[in-house]
Amino acid sequence: MMTEQSNFNFEQCIKCTVCTVYCPVASVNPLFPGPKQAGPDGERLRLKHKGFYDESLKWCLNCKRCEVACPSNVRIGDIIQAARIKHSTKKPGLREKMLANTDFMGSMATPFAPIVNFSVGLKPVKVVLDKVIGIDHRRTFPKYSFGTFESWMKRRRKKQAKYARQVSYFHGCYVNYNNPQLGKDFVKVMNALGVGVQMLEKEKCCGVPLISNGLIDKARRQGEVNTASIRKSVVENKWPVVGTSSTCTFTLRDEYPHLLDIDNADVRDHIELATRYIYRLLAEGNVQLRFKKKAPVRRVAYHTACHMEKLGWAYYSIELLRMIPGVELTVLDSQCCGIAGTYGFKKENYPTAQAIGEGIFRKIEASGCDVVSTDCETCKWQIEMSTSKPVVHPISLLAEALE
Amino acid sequence: MRFDTVIIGGGLAGLICGIRLAKQGERCAIISLGHSALHFSSGSLELLGALPDGSTVVSPADALDALRQMAPEHPYARYSRERFLALAAEGATLMQEAGVATFGSAEQNHYRLTPVGAMKPAWLTFEGYVHSPNADSLPWKNVALFNAEGFLDFYAQFLKDEMLRMGTKCAAYTFNLPELEQIRQNPTEMRSANIARIFDKRETLDKLADIIAAKMDDAEAILLPAVLGVDCKDGVRYLEQKLGRKVAVIATLPPSVPGLQVQTLLRRYFQELGGVYMLGDTAVGYKSEGNKITAVYTRNHGDIPFLATNYVLATGSFFSGGLEATNDRICEPLFGADVQYVADRGEWYDRDLFKPQAYESFGVKTDELLRAMRQGQVIDNLYVAGATLPGFNAVKEGCGAGVSILTALDVAERILSKK
Repeated sequence: MMTEQSNFNFEQCIKCTVCTVYCPVASVNPLFPGPKQAGPDGERLRLKHKGFYDESLKWCLNCKRCEVACPSNVRIGDIIQAARIKHSTKKPGLREKMLANTDFMGSMATPFAPIVNFSVGLKPVKVVLDKVIGIDHRRTFPKYSFGTFESWMKRRRKKQAKYARQVSYFHGCYVNYNNPQLGKDFVKVMNALGVGVQMLEKEKCCGVPLISNGLIDKARRQGEVNTASIRKSVVENKWPVVGTSSTCTFTLRDEYPHLLDIDNADVRDHIELATRYIYRLLAEGNVQLRFKKKAPVRRVAYHTACHMEKLGWAYYSIELLRMIPGVELTVLDSQCCGIAGTYGFKKENYPTAQAIGEGIFRKIEASGCDVVSTDCETCKWQIEMSTSKPVVHPISLLAEALE
Repeated sequence: MRFDTVIIGGGLAGLICGIRLAKQGERCAIISLGHSALHFSSGSLELLGALPDGSTVVSPADALDALRQMAPEHPYARYSRERFLALAAEGATLMQEAGVATFGSAEQNHYRLTPVGAMKPAWLTFEGYVHSPNADSLPWKNVALFNAEGFLDFYAQFLKDEMLRMGTKCAAYTFNLPELEQIRQNPTEMRSANIARIFDKRETLDKLADIIAAKMDDAEAILLPAVLGVDCKDGVRYLEQKLGRKVAVIATLPPSVPGLQVQTLLRRYFQELGGVYMLGDTAVGYKSEGNKITAVYTRNHGDIPFLATNYVLATGSFFSGGLEATNDRICEPLFGADVQYVADRGEWYDRDLFKPQAYESFGVKTDELLRAMRQGQVIDNLYVAGATLPGFNAVKEGCGAGVSILTALDVAERILSKK
């Protein structure tokens, strides 16, 4: 009998179970069989027959910490996600579509931001969202901004074009619809380093919420649009593409070729995270950051988001934070905070998400920090909702300290 | 990225080397491809349990001369008795400083109890684990053994039989808790680390204490699998206080909870000393000038190099990719360093699985100062530590942890003495 071929290196697994030890879900939710079982072990069987697919794979929050822990370089997280894409028969419902279409929801909400923000904070609305579509009522929603980052940027195109050096900024939905200030901070920092900021010809949501909510075709279409724009920036204009979100950046680089079959090999290495790009500029030695003379002491705790851990780039954000005068930095143990994008918004996942994050919430409170810093927007929502601390992106902390 | 020393490999050797260097104020980075063999730890570290001819070692320090004669290329062969004892003592001290409390000495082996009931020679046993001064007896005549119901990585019946053979009467019980029922919903996940997590909560330990108290009768000691907490490291002491009895644990089959704890503690100590630990990354390339390595490149960091004055190769052996075997040769994949091995493939292994396997003693050739060789030339600033070294059989000689710790400290001292 012919069996199917696997695109993944599941046969490299030596069954050491280290991945399951470090899986944030397996340690709090017994319904998830753990990455070894769900990933390489299950893959072997699923190749024989699709009937071996198990819907319990939905509990995986795609943090990729299993891959970081694996001593054999097995792409465990990819195996699980690809199996969900291929075999899951659960059709995405209204809730999945609402959570996944961040672009659509954002463009509908921003013109009416004050009304939308007010209404989704109301108890009756939360009850309806919970009971009717299954978005947990205990969850605090990120606020929409009144006006998008893109509209702000469009008015600054000419001025930005004057800089000798240019980057394209992949702002992501969060900066566009929820926190344009972070985008403005990024522009300020780049300009201070002598770099002008451009937008991509077309930017769509990176697709991560679409992938995790089972809307794969749409994710692939958007990924193709983004990759074409990135290619134009990198190949034609020689502008690297820089993002402030660790998850968007990770998705553009790695999830596209691994999960959506989008070939980006020619441009992948030119897709950067902001703090890493700044590290690069400073290492070249031609530019310097000029800080304000008087710096108040600020105790900052850095939280390494899961996709940041997978990228392996927390070092750059940490080193950058250390350069800011007055910052007293604590680096928290790298752990999942539990939200994993849209995962923690779903009613059935809420207890798992909060149980996963419990340890890190406790450590944040005990750290005595004034502010938590992280490169991921959904970690920010989770930590602000679950602790007493505000969460600020490293780029915003840097922008604030600049002259 | 600029460091004083970049260590490739984040297992026992890499961490010990990094800690020793960071303590002296060196700026160090460790690049680690996933988690290490510490996750298979037996709850003890071994220094030297047997000589290559199979004879048992009582005192590792006293056995050095015989070892030198039988295996002149053994990593220990380069050490005088004094130096050997000094390095071993320093290793034990570093462990202590990192928060790993241990029992034992390099002058006299003691014995640990394996999960199938065998007694094996050990150098340092973690606090709370069963150990005995003798190979054929335990310190108690009458014990009670408690295992979690449905936990299969721990062999209570073997342990009971073996203990009886050693003159210790053992009553074996299983215990169940609502928290275990939770895990059991997924029987494949009834594994040591998952069980241990339920005991991070004091309430669960209290419930366990009640179950034990009801059954322990006149047992001198209460024995349990090593699953009494992951974050919580004083489970044994806590139960002892509650029960007023001696309590000790026995390591389980992997994943090893003591190994997981030791890995976390060593890594945390290294980071507290200013070290940078990069997990989940692989060194994939390097640059050199003459006989010096000038840069190392990794998968995650792409074109941004790791620049350092010195580099340490602590990538382990075949299991962790430090060595690679092809059909006709053995190589060190990163630097292409010279490997010491038998040319004839037929001699790489013995068909009897339990005989010493020649491939286990293959490794990267070094000079006396533990610097790697390439095409017969010494690389001035590339040092080798731990399982990547040739000339020893970690399994048969019971010396894996000792070689890792002693050579890592040796390398660190050589790097520091260059300044």
